[in-house]
Amino acid sequence: MEKIINNKIKLEFMSLAENVALARITVAALVSQLEITLNDLEEIKVAVSEAVSNAIIHGYQNGPEGIVTLTALLKGQTLILEIEDQGVGIPDIKKAMEPAYSTDPERTGLGFVFMQSFMDEVKVISQVNSGTKVVLTKQISADFKNTAVS
Amino acid sequence: MSLILNSKKNTLIVRVNGDFDLVSANEFRDKIDKSLEETRSQNLMLDLSKITFIDSSGLGVILGRYRRVKGNQGQVVIYGTKPAVEKIFAVSGISSLMTLCETEKEAWEFLDSKSFKGA
Repeated sequence: MEKIINNKIKLEFMSLAENVALARITVAALVSQLEITLNDLEEIKVAVSEAVSNAIIHGYQNGPEGIVTLTALLKGQTLILEIEDQGVGIPDIKKAMEPAYSTDPERTGLGFVFMQSFMDEVKVISQVNSGTKVVLTKQISADFKNTAVS
Repeated sequence: MSLILNSKKNTLIVRVNGDFDLVSANEFRDKIDKSLEETRSQNLMLDLSKITFIDSSGLGVILGRYRRVKGNQGQVVIYGTKPAVEKIFAVSGISSLMTLCETEKEAWEFLDSKSFKGA
């Protein structure tokens, strides 16, 4: 019998690098309420890490005083994540999502590439000087036994 | 994350343990850059077998060290990557840029072959 879970969590935290791990571990714990493959779990953790890191580095320009809001909604096998900041916003979303676009030579510019590779849908809503919201959606494989052995 | 650093044969050997994300990226960059200078090592060998997580922040500082070592005519070799890390490497295209080996022995063989060619 398939276990149906509907659940929602909301987490608010300071824009500190230490909280990137907190965010991805929290989401990992939530999705682990479903039977989930290790592969899906790893992909979700990377996507959360990228979105939260972007909020801290770019949204709040590494300032610790900002607040990042993470909402995770589990609707059956669908995971919807919203990562929101009230930071500087993105002037050109299309350019920001280009592979290897980065404002820092020590960064790969691959944050959005990972989010797009590992989630089914990535939506970015941003307004300069107002903030950014990233919505990530992923269908978690219900056929756990088949995917686990494939 | 914790780092174990050693140096021998003109190579800085770094064993990375734990999560490699935004919080550990700065520590990695500062420690490696300082050790490369102090030990005057030309090459960098990374053991990633004990990594539990990596994202683009971790990848960025690895890439930064790659550019630095290459700029100094050195070699970067990585070994011990697990499937989750390999996937991140593949999506980023880093797999085609850096030398990935399965074992430490293979990594040394690669560096030895390079130093013979350079001699």
